[in-house]
Amino acid sequence: MAKVREIAESSAPYDPDVWARMTGELDLAALAVPESLGGAGAGHAEVAVVMEELGAALAPSPYLASAVLAVNVLLESGDETAIKDLLPGIATGTTVATFAIPILGEPIPGARKSSGGYELSGPAPRVLSGADADLILLAATLVDEVSDGDGPIAIFAVESGASGLTRTPLTTLDLTRPQATLTFDATPARQIGPDDASEVISRVLDLASVALAAEQLGGLRRCLDTIVEYAKLRVQFGRFVGSFQGVKHKLADMHCTLEQAESIVRYAAWTADESPDELPVAAALAQSYLGRAYFQVAKDHLLLHGGIGFTWEHDAHLYYKRAKSSELLLGPPRHHRARLAERLGLTL
Amino acid sequence: MTDLDEYGRRARAWLDANAGELPREPDLATARAFMAKLYDAGYSGITWPAEYGGQGLSAAEERAFQQAARDVTLPVGVFGIGLGMCGPTLVSIGTEEQKRRYIRPLLRGEEIWCQMFSEPGAGSDVASLQTRAVFDGDAWVVNGQKVWTSVARQADYGLLIARTDVDVPKHKGITMFIIDMHDPGVTVRPLRDMTGESHFNEIFFDDVRVAPDQVVGAVNEGWSAAVTTLLHERVSIGMGAARTERPASFEALSRAARDRGLLGDRAVVDQLVDLYLQERAFDLFNARLTQEVKAGIFPGARGSIAKLLLADLTLAGADVASEILGAESVAYEGDGRGSGAGIARALAWAPGMALGGGTNEIMRNIIGDRVLGLPREPQVDREIPFRDLKVGTQSKEAGK
Repeated sequence: MAKVREIAESSAPYDPDVWARMTGELDLAALAVPESLGGAGAGHAEVAVVMEELGAALAPSPYLASAVLAVNVLLESGDETAIKDLLPGIATGTTVATFAIPILGEPIPGARKSSGGYELSGPAPRVLSGADADLILLAATLVDEVSDGDGPIAIFAVESGASGLTRTPLTTLDLTRPQATLTFDATPARQIGPDDASEVISRVLDLASVALAAEQLGGLRRCLDTIVEYAKLRVQFGRFVGSFQGVKHKLADMHCTLEQAESIVRYAAWTADESPDELPVAAALAQSYLGRAYFQVAKDHLLLHGGIGFTWEHDAHLYYKRAKSSELLLGPPRHHRARLAERLGLTL
Repeated sequence: MTDLDEYGRRARAWLDANAGELPREPDLATARAFMAKLYDAGYSGITWPAEYGGQGLSAAEERAFQQAARDVTLPVGVFGIGLGMCGPTLVSIGTEEQKRRYIRPLLRGEEIWCQMFSEPGAGSDVASLQTRAVFDGDAWVVNGQKVWTSVARQADYGLLIARTDVDVPKHKGITMFIIDMHDPGVTVRPLRDMTGESHFNEIFFDDVRVAPDQVVGAVNEGWSAAVTTLLHERVSIGMGAARTERPASFEALSRAARDRGLLGDRAVVDQLVDLYLQERAFDLFNARLTQEVKAGIFPGARGSIAKLLLADLTLAGADVASEILGAESVAYEGDGRGSGAGIARALAWAPGMALGGGTNEIMRNIIGDRVLGLPREPQVDREIPFRDLKVGTQSKEAGK
């Protein structure tokens, strides 16, 4: 945790040595890349295991942005040329990529045809690793084809040094996961995949929902473990605080949440690999459940620490802040719940 | 094909031939006849020791059988307490003679068992029970009352825990006995519960004489035996749930909401989403627990998690149902078969799930103590001889 704090309180987004070991020695960024493309050929369930560990450790790393989001965007786009050009660098960790997650109700840039391809203009708010990624993938509206205010959405790639790109690092509640707002002004971009990429994006977001849920599960479990240990050590009124039912029953409920959260994550990861038809509901279920569950447990774990939990030196707030920002990362819980309701057919 | 595949295939064939046409709630004679056939075919007591009438096979065969029987509802409900709780207790701590005498008829459905632990004055704190067993020359003489006993009316035998020493602390003076339910001193009275029906019984003991060889385990060591039996109970309550019908399930209620044109109401959709999350989370946890049990991992205190979650889910489901059906769920015409009546029944049933087999508060204590390993609450009655303890419900005067 000392290392996590050191990075969190510095201007560096992550420790490059750790990233080099994660992607080199452990080959983690290539985990879900098919063997035919030089990857390890593992599944989303294996990625979920990595995410769970990263979430437990709060490890600052571009893993979610690069090895999950960007890798999935490329693989799901079916764009073989782009995959051949861009994926190897991401899979080996030498290129750090990101994907600007399109959130319902927030602006995305527009793409206009230019002589050499496309030019992007407009903002992409709150992009993970946005300030330091070498390669930015994003969704943009094909403005030439807009009619009645609605146009197809396609995926684009922008190099970090592209003209007209401005990156503004943001102040984040969660110090362990930096974000930046990107603005584009006639920025040259390469299109990836089909002209109407809405299905690709939808699946990428579902996969991201599952991976993030696994990360949330890891953090949730760590929070519970930490507070259970503390309740066995801390004495007030001549008793270990964990012996008071007011504390014990809350911890029991938190444990029930953990058991269910774990069951949901395992199931959702299984659908990602083995049962694609079930993935949309499972992904919405995973985010609807895990976002709330992690924040509740992180909050209660902080509160049950008592005053020490409110101090900067204690780690509780780091988890609390991560839990809250993760809960909102793919859109607020109401979006996931609305998506879930729609996918369950709860519509007129 | 492995031997195990072959075992499963034969079990499937046997079930197809013998369990296909069974009524959902068969009469006692039909249930007994089926149980005898099941036993004679070698599918009752698959993992139980062969020398006492079991099949002596491994958990793998049990799994293969469960797999083969997964979509068959076997009419074994009335034997459930014997198979799930009393039998395993006898196998682990019964005497050689008891095992030889009781296990085979239990497995064959010839003798039905019940379990008599709770008392009016000893609910969550079962160890404060007051039913007495006093040794008198050649036998124990039992007097007292038990409550919340399932299948007592059909039972031939029952496991009883009674106080055998009042001069030691409460946990140390309890003994487990096998009771002949046909003894003239045993009176079984149906207990009408809040559903208006009688799912449980009260049992009264008047000078019931019990031979010393009917003690299970050692005299004054009945508490640890009872704890094992109760763990089995919680597992079976929580995990049995996946197979029982839920009138207030997400699926049924979303259909009802659609039929009533309520899906345009955001508040209704929101409640349905909450119910879905709760139900799915429980089902997926339950499925994981079941897989672990089938893989030979005894869930122990984690059974209490399933029990607690199911209790919350049952209450929530009935609540959402009443919102969707509205006043129809509390006032309806006719014979009780309409949807309103179904929800009324669910509302009346729901608290039972949160009380039977231990209250929610007790489940949380168990999860805290045994799953999380938290320090136990100081027990003020731990070292006090039972005769000096306050037990049950005290009168207001006594509290002064």
